[in-house]
Amino acid sequence: MFDFLDPADLAAIWLTVKLAGLTTVLLLLIGTPIAWWLARTGSRWKGPVGAIVGLPLVLPPAVLGFYLLVLMGPNGPVGALTQGLGLGLLPFTFAGLVVASVIYSMPFVVQPLQNAFEAIGERPLEVAATLGAKPIDAFFTVAVPLAKPGFLTAAILGFAHTVGEFGVVLMIGGNIPGKTQVVSMAIYNHVEAMEYANAHVLAGILLVFSFVVLLALYTLNPSRKRP
Amino acid sequence: MIEARFKLDYPGFTLDVDLSLPSAGITALFGQSGSGKTTLLRAIAGLERVPGGRLVFDGEVWQDEDGGVFLPTHRRPIGYVFQEASLFAHLSVQANLDYGIKRSECRPTSADISRIVELLGIGHLRDRRPDRLSGGERQRVAIARALLRQPRLLLMDEPLAALDLARKEEILPYLEQLHETLKTPILYVSHAPDEVARLADQLVVLDGGRALASGTLTETLARLDLPIRLGEDAGVVLDATVSEHDSEWHLAGVDFPGGRLWVRDKGIPTGHHVRVRILARDVSLAHEKIEGSSIINAVAATVTAIGDDAHPALCLVRLDCGGQPLLARLTRRSAATLQLAAGCHVWAQIKAVALIG
Repeated sequence: MFDFLDPADLAAIWLTVKLAGLTTVLLLLIGTPIAWWLARTGSRWKGPVGAIVGLPLVLPPAVLGFYLLVLMGPNGPVGALTQGLGLGLLPFTFAGLVVASVIYSMPFVVQPLQNAFEAIGERPLEVAATLGAKPIDAFFTVAVPLAKPGFLTAAILGFAHTVGEFGVVLMIGGNIPGKTQVVSMAIYNHVEAMEYANAHVLAGILLVFSFVVLLALYTLNPSRKRP
Repeated sequence: MIEARFKLDYPGFTLDVDLSLPSAGITALFGQSGSGKTTLLRAIAGLERVPGGRLVFDGEVWQDEDGGVFLPTHRRPIGYVFQEASLFAHLSVQANLDYGIKRSECRPTSADISRIVELLGIGHLRDRRPDRLSGGERQRVAIARALLRQPRLLLMDEPLAALDLARKEEILPYLEQLHETLKTPILYVSHAPDEVARLADQLVVLDGGRALASGTLTETLARLDLPIRLGEDAGVVLDATVSEHDSEWHLAGVDFPGGRLWVRDKGIPTGHHVRVRILARDVSLAHEKIEGSSIINAVAATVTAIGDDAHPALCLVRLDCGGQPLLARLTRRSAATLQLAAGCHVWAQIKAVALIG
């Protein structure tokens, strides 16, 4: 079925999907409590935490990748920790890519969730409490279902944004085929090697993918407008 | 008995109440917006945590900060009806009802459920989504959902305020039904005097975060120091019994200890208890019983006190009518001309008597 792709490109696609999928799952797990806290806290830490989460929105990926490389490298604190735990070093591994992607795509998951939680407001949770629901119960039975459009947006944006990453991967993942080589890296390699036909195929796949993702986002998410 | 003591002091808002309310019947918390009535209700529900507050319900301590007790909302055996529609948008009507039932400490039997569903007339709506309901239907479902928890205390925060007049009239009979058929005590927040007159047994008047008055509806409404705040709505509510029907003129005679009043016949059978509301502005006084007047209701009364009204031209006269209080709003000149004073025997001519359920 994928005869038109050479095995290396197919491996890059598979790796990208795996990376984006895993990153999205992790981000939904990590991002949901952060978004919940940001949506409801009156703490003075709200601003700083929100800014840190949003940093990848404005930071050049190369800068982010550089710092991650330094932090996770043999002389960085994270590197020392992972080595001490017997996990080895994260740069140039798939695990390293996942960690970097989680940080890089964080705002694309946290912000839609935060907006969704803020839009729900306090009232439905108060109602749930008056009906005997504990806070955690109310969260799963009221807040999460009501924030479903936000979760959908967050998952799609998180996945798509991870698929499109380049700079961070370049810095900390390198370009190891079958291990850390994602689609965007493969395209870069083909162009460097003047293999435009292969680059076209991969680029076309990403283009169609991006369009389908946005189409899904706009059609699956019901409009907020009420008749 | 509900003992509530709450003290809050924000810039521009204070709440300072120490109330003992009966845990039976409907107690209205009445006041203008900003009077603290909703905050008080939220504090009783535990939605608002008032530092240093104390709340005891039928001997159970729900909040006592000195003793380190604060029962969170989800552990209080209450039902709460919010002002605006508060149904869960992602659940059907049935699932909304089940949400509270599943989490209730004493689950209703299926007979209880069908009784409440029938009482509020929502049986045919069970499969619908909240956005397919009218405002009145939504509020009826919300009331049923709160009741199905089998609460020991039902809290209602202006449940009719967001509805238009027709929808209000749609729900009020259901609330009256609740009053008659359920034993659950209700705290009912309202700024609408007509709702209070129709539903309440007890009345707490709040103003600026303080309780101005607290007592039975009849006595509290007849206090001379409160009507000023009620303005055009100053008046009394009397309990009466339907005793006679005049089919020729479509009138019903209702008896109260001070005599008989004729009201428009709404078809309420003889022997039934009803409430009538008499506004102070509809009562005029005379020394003699006046014949040849269009006013059909006149009762003998004794002046008990005369008080100030909002405008210096007016005064409020409190009357005793067979042991029942009555208020009349007169000009000061009329009061002087009639030489009214406490102890005077007069005839109270009542221009309008409203039968309120």
